[in-house]
Amino acid sequence: MTPVQAVIAKELRGYFVSPIVYVVGAVFLLIFGFLSYLYVKFTGAQVIQLMQMQGGIAPVNLNDLVFRNLFASMRFVLLIILPILTMRLFAEERKLRTFEFLMTSPIGINDIVAGKFVSALLIYLGLLGITGLVPAVLMLFSDFDWGPVLTGYLGMALLGALFLAVGLFASALTENQIVAAFVGFGILLTFWLISGLGALLGDTTTGHIVSYVSFMEHYDHLVNGLIDTSDLVYFASGLALMLFLTHQVVDSARWK
Amino acid sequence: MIDVQHITKRYGHHTAIDRVTFSVAKGEVLAFLGPNGAGKTTTMRILTCFMPATEGTARVAGFDCAAQPMEVKRRIGYLPETPPVYQELTVTEYLTFVGRLRGMTGPNLTSALDQSIGRLELGSVRHRLIGNLSRGYRQRVGLAQALLHDPPVLILDEPTVGLDPKQIIEIRELIKSLAGSHSVILSTHILPEATAVCQRVVIISGGRIVAEDTPERLSARLRQSEKISVTLKFSPPDCETKLRAIPGILNVFPGQSDGTFLIECALGRDLRDDIARYIVSNQWGLLELRTISMTLEDVFLRLTRHEEGLPQPVEAAS
Repeated sequence: MTPVQAVIAKELRGYFVSPIVYVVGAVFLLIFGFLSYLYVKFTGAQVIQLMQMQGGIAPVNLNDLVFRNLFASMRFVLLIILPILTMRLFAEERKLRTFEFLMTSPIGINDIVAGKFVSALLIYLGLLGITGLVPAVLMLFSDFDWGPVLTGYLGMALLGALFLAVGLFASALTENQIVAAFVGFGILLTFWLISGLGALLGDTTTGHIVSYVSFMEHYDHLVNGLIDTSDLVYFASGLALMLFLTHQVVDSARWK
Repeated sequence: MIDVQHITKRYGHHTAIDRVTFSVAKGEVLAFLGPNGAGKTTTMRILTCFMPATEGTARVAGFDCAAQPMEVKRRIGYLPETPPVYQELTVTEYLTFVGRLRGMTGPNLTSALDQSIGRLELGSVRHRLIGNLSRGYRQRVGLAQALLHDPPVLILDEPTVGLDPKQIIEIRELIKSLAGSHSVILSTHILPEATAVCQRVVIISGGRIVAEDTPERLSARLRQSEKISVTLKFSPPDCETKLRAIPGILNVFPGQSDGTFLIECALGRDLRDDIARYIVSNQWGLLELRTISMTLEDVFLRLTRHEEGLPQPVEAAS
């Protein structure tokens, strides 16, 4: 087992011993399940309405009526939940004075940051995997196009990874977990609101730049079934930038 | 094994340590003494590559702490002031994690783990969560992690804090047993511990080294007079004046209990024989006569309180 794998294993163990992963997991799955139920019920009601109006069997598009709405709604849930998942990663190390131990162990800061990020990502992907039950069950009762569903899941995975990296960065800034969570919310909410500013600026160069900076339009493209290289580049570069900033913050903490 | 040359660390305008120079030979145990805020932890953090020095060089096992930190970290076992333990792990899980961070695997890791647990007598708690252990056990787990990879250099910051007297003796014995094969820097506030365990003492105050020598030589160098304590069975009112009249005696002070006197003689003169003969000839009943040596506490206080008007520090031994 390499040192990075050792960090991942230790963090995963830490997650499952603490109540955070159970609470975050339960809330995430409950909201996902509840939203799925609401959108399916809403779709059912719409179909009945259409059948009454048109007579005969009305076509049901689950991609538009259920999955697109579901993935769009989950953005806000991820924004609230993921900083809670990452808040302890560095803040706790600093509070319990194990940070000095990690920094004096023969392991690079890159490896520490990567190990902590991957552990949080594995937990998140595990939760995301469980939500796969929803489309699997719906598949038994209705036909839908798996393409947009899979791109939606890709969007949720990429958006979640970016949010986790932001949360990790926030956790490296402070030794207080609550402060770390709020800083994470704050950064993510700012990037959410930036998209509104982009819309306000309209079809101008500044407007395009501001809109590009926000994660909203990139996520929306994937939710709509569109895989664009620029969106993938956005998520990859955003992720790399946040992990780099985390590395810098961790490194600078040694100088204080 | 450890060679520190003129290291300085500044935090903005504040100088935490100023041109600190010392070395530790292979197999030597060195005590690092100093009041709070003297710069002990800063020096240790530079040696363990936690932070870089502003100026100067520090080398451990031949490797430069600034240029080759990974090589240095592999050769150091470090116990910070607060034991760096993860409360959610069991003792075995924690030590396994520490071993893996240091690149240990398979049978190597297993045997090192068993040896470390045995050395620190952690066998009975090896499967318990560290969060449920007492302060003393956590300290021992912290020491076990420092010793796990059998490093040639050990840096221990207050290793016996939180231990009961029996455990303190055991840990001191353990540190003593490491001498010869390991170079150890031990920071402590418990001065008898430094005398009991270490061959050499470095006293740091205000970020500067104010003394560096063996405890015995430090006390000899700082002594300005020989001191003898005598206890008499009968002490007539004029005995203090009469004792002062013995040639070579500088001063006589009454002691804490009745019949006890503290006699100060000129440095380098042993007047015990003269004093004993004088007391016996006067039939004052000599119950006790002993020389008083300067303890490490006295040395420490004199060297670290120089700001308060006490004697200036002695130069470090060359």
